Amino acid sequence: MELLVASAVGMMTAAGVYLILRQRTFPVIVGLAFLSYAVNVFIFASGRLAVDLPPILSKTAPGYADPLTQALVLTAIVISFGMTAVIVMMSLGAYLESGDDRIDMTDTDDTDYPGKDA
Amino acid sequence: MMSHWIIVPVVLPAVVGALIVLIMRHDLVLQRVFALATGLATAAIAGGLLWSASVHPAEAYFLGNWPAPFGIVLVLDRLSAMMVALTVALWLAVQLYAIGSNWDSRGRHFHALMLFQLMGLCGAFLTGDAFNLFVFFEVLLIASYGLMIHDGGRDRLRAGVQYIAYNLVGSTLFLFALASIYAVTGTLNMADLAVKVAILPEGDVALIRVAGVLLMLVFAIKGALVPLHFWLPATYSLAPGPVAALFAVMTKVGAYAIIRTCTLIFPPATPATGTLFADLLLPAALVTLTLGAIGVIGAKTLSRLVAFAVIASMGTLFIAISRFDPQSTAAALYYLVHSTLAGAALFLIADLVSDRRAHDRLTESLPPIARSGLIATLFFGAAVAIAGMPPLSGFLGKLLILDATRGALLPLIWTVVLATSLITIVGFSRAGSVLFWKAHASTGEPAETKDEPLAVAAVILLLAALAAMTVAAGPIMAYLGGTAAQLYDPAGYIAANALQGAN
Repeated sequence: MELLVASAVGMMTAAGVYLILRQRTFPVIVGLAFLSYAVNVFIFASGRLAVDLPPILSKTAPGYADPLTQALVLTAIVISFGMTAVIVMMSLGAYLESGDDRIDMTDTDDTDYPGKDA
Repeated sequence: MMSHWIIVPVVLPAVVGALIVLIMRHDLVLQRVFALATGLATAAIAGGLLWSASVHPAEAYFLGNWPAPFGIVLVLDRLSAMMVALTVALWLAVQLYAIGSNWDSRGRHFHALMLFQLMGLCGAFLTGDAFNLFVFFEVLLIASYGLMIHDGGRDRLRAGVQYIAYNLVGSTLFLFALASIYAVTGTLNMADLAVKVAILPEGDVALIRVAGVLLMLVFAIKGALVPLHFWLPATYSLAPGPVAALFAVMTKVGAYAIIRTCTLIFPPATPATGTLFADLLLPAALVTLTLGAIGVIGAKTLSRLVAFAVIASMGTLFIAISRFDPQSTAAALYYLVHSTLAGAALFLIADLVSDRRAHDRLTESLPPIARSGLIATLFFGAAVAIAGMPPLSGFLGKLLILDATRGALLPLIWTVVLATSLITIVGFSRAGSVLFWKAHASTGEPAETKDEPLAVAAVILLLAALAAMTVAAGPIMAYLGGTAAQLYDPAGYIAANALQGAN
């Protein structure tokens, strides 16, 4: 199980890093989402992996899974979800204003860009 | 007795900000009144906290009365009290400027976002829990995203997308660092971390070093340390003027977090990390300072020039921080306060200028702007302050830093600091002469007249604060000396947390 979780975190991080290095906003946002999935699994695993153990007090439990990381990962999920929504809105705004979804910018503001007259 | 005042700078802006969105979103005057009143009340409380921190030892506030390290704590010590007071003071000046220049009417929800920003900043400075620090980072960032694109526009939105993407990667790194730290130590309370990292078993050293460096990377992104500074010039130069001025304290959040973690959790005496962070910070700081100065002389617009001046000041600040001894930390804190106020004043002046000109490019001169004499005087004063020339506090700050960095690396550090000061002076002189002197030689219709007494008063207030910092440098350094002594003796901070459980 350790191998499975570790390789899942690794592959999602790799995919995320590859995607955020792209030029267009859409792959970058998908890449950021991948990175946040990877970090969520990573936080979950940082409380040690346990199978069939309850996180809350129980008289019959043989042991416990770490409940704190589950609380942390909930916070992280909520925040990354909100942030992804913000960047989607912002990218849409930028795309509609400039007619272009490239993420890099030129230095001056008078340069031509595709779709300027559109 | 537990004082509830510690949490008020976080709760008050949050409540009023929400009320403004819910009830007053159509009435700008009410928004202004409530936002300013909240700011003044928070300033009064911050002043009280500052006084309390200067006479009492570090004090903890347990949220929900859960004992540390199980619950979240806020900790008030001299450093956090000072940062909260600085933030509120700057926030008030920026708010005055935004009202005086009508920036707040150019888009919606300006005051609510400003209040949420204030809440996030105060929370980040007060918290004593590493995960809570992450949460407050996100609060201040999400408010800053909204402020950054206030009034919209193509370039501003595109810069906003870059800024958000960069900071989302930073947040992800922050979470990776926190999860690694938790996996190694089993705690995220800063005082508990300080205890646990000091006695870490040999086998866990490599992991905590990786986690520590990840954490430093996150703070370096916030502090715009080279090579993680790329977000700053576009963001600061394209953000609305008053917002950029408030952002001057956001880079200091990174500096504060590095000071806090490197004195409390990873002090140089800890066997696990040793001088790792000092060794990484100093070269990065020297390059940051050099790059900032080159940016100042090469900038084509006034707002980019100021943005690079902020990068240069962060470099100077990190040089002093990377020494990690009480004398240089006290000098760093003095320079931190100074560079926040001076950077903010410059952003506001840049906004005053570009509001009165057709563009703020420095490559061609335009006819003189209205009230050119007054604005030129303000620009001159702020430029003197940020370049570090006498008589303003920039000179004292740099002098203190030079004095504190004696040692084997003295020739290198002094050369870089002094040479970049000269380059910065040249850059600002050139900008000033294009903006204000060559303007008289150019022909054409002068720009429209604009009278904004409140906005100008806000800038004058910031410059007066710089002058006051120079005059009162003795008492201020006495406070900061005590702050540095408290930072390098974290026993009081740890005792305030009254840690429970097996240690």
